[in-house]
Amino acid sequence: MGEMIKVGMADLKACKAPDNLTTIGLGSCIGIAMYDPVSKISGLAHIMLPDSTQIRNNTNIAKFADTGIQKLYDDMIKMGANKSRLVAKIAGGATMFAGGAAPTINVGARNAEASKAKLKELGVKLLAEDTGLNYGRTVEFYSETGDYLIKAVGKPPKTI
Amino acid sequence: MAESSFEEINEKYFDVLKEIGNIGAGNATTAIANMLNLRLDMKVPKVELIAVEKIGSAIGSEDQIVVGILLGVENDIEGSMMFLMDLTSAHHLVNRLMMRDPEYDADFDDMDLSAIREIGNIIAGSYLSALSGLTNLNISPTIPYVSIDMAAAILSVPAIQFGMVGDNALFIKTEFSDDVGIDGYFILMPEGESYEKILRALGLPV
Repeated sequence: MGEMIKVGMADLKACKAPDNLTTIGLGSCIGIAMYDPVSKISGLAHIMLPDSTQIRNNTNIAKFADTGIQKLYDDMIKMGANKSRLVAKIAGGATMFAGGAAPTINVGARNAEASKAKLKELGVKLLAEDTGLNYGRTVEFYSETGDYLIKAVGKPPKTI
Repeated sequence: MAESSFEEINEKYFDVLKEIGNIGAGNATTAIANMLNLRLDMKVPKVELIAVEKIGSAIGSEDQIVVGILLGVENDIEGSMMFLMDLTSAHHLVNRLMMRDPEYDADFDDMDLSAIREIGNIIAGSYLSALSGLTNLNISPTIPYVSIDMAAAILSVPAIQFGMVGDNALFIKTEFSDDVGIDGYFILMPEGESYEKILRALGLPV
């Protein structure tokens, strides 16, 4: 059993099997897991906002879908992951307060869209997603199997 | 100095914002005490600027289940505010309000949720009326929304809101107690020019 490496909010990390990755309590944020099934190099980014170009204060690149996914991708390639083999799974992007205050209302959905668009741009195939709805998700990514385990309050855990 | 960033404003006027937080939280505590007809002692609120990345764990463990109430703020200033409390505190307040056995802790039903929204209304209303009284601005809350979930997931909402303008969030922790301690947290999330408006209304150069 490897180590379970924790990824914080607006944070990203890459590792290699047997180590695994987790991030706790994704709300409207997205947890983007990428992995190379052959080298078993995996990465997880916990992004908060869709687009760094629309924000003045954008120094933390892990905060945004566009720059965060790019950085994770670059880090994984540097570690030895193969571009053409990289695949992705994403989770999160909930609307925590249905009908809630205006500017953040659709941020979950926009985060999901931006993440998918960035993955497409990089040519990383999206294998599965568990996004939207109105509840928080804790995720664990297993580098050995490529399983993405999703846990939510009052719901049975599921693997995508 | 019209170009002051949110960060600069936060640092420069931290004491003012802190004082607004204190008065607002004090008002809110009095309102709850009146509503529940009990004596509540409030400790001096702790006001902190927390890095956006740390918000998820700002009130305890990230996967701790909490009750979050979110309201919009409108009229002269725009934004939203959130009131958070842990599950035990929420049960305690709801049991008081519903005049139930204090030990009752079954999952909240629709009636309980509407009681929680009402608590949110009262807390936010009194908090904002304090702010309104100080600034002479017309500030009112919109209807409240409730979410019961992991702390980090609920706190992603203010984290994102603050994340759009800077790297820190202003957090006010209020502890009030009767026979049981209740921990409550306020987060005020002004948007756009609203901070400047509040400070200008207080006669401060922005």
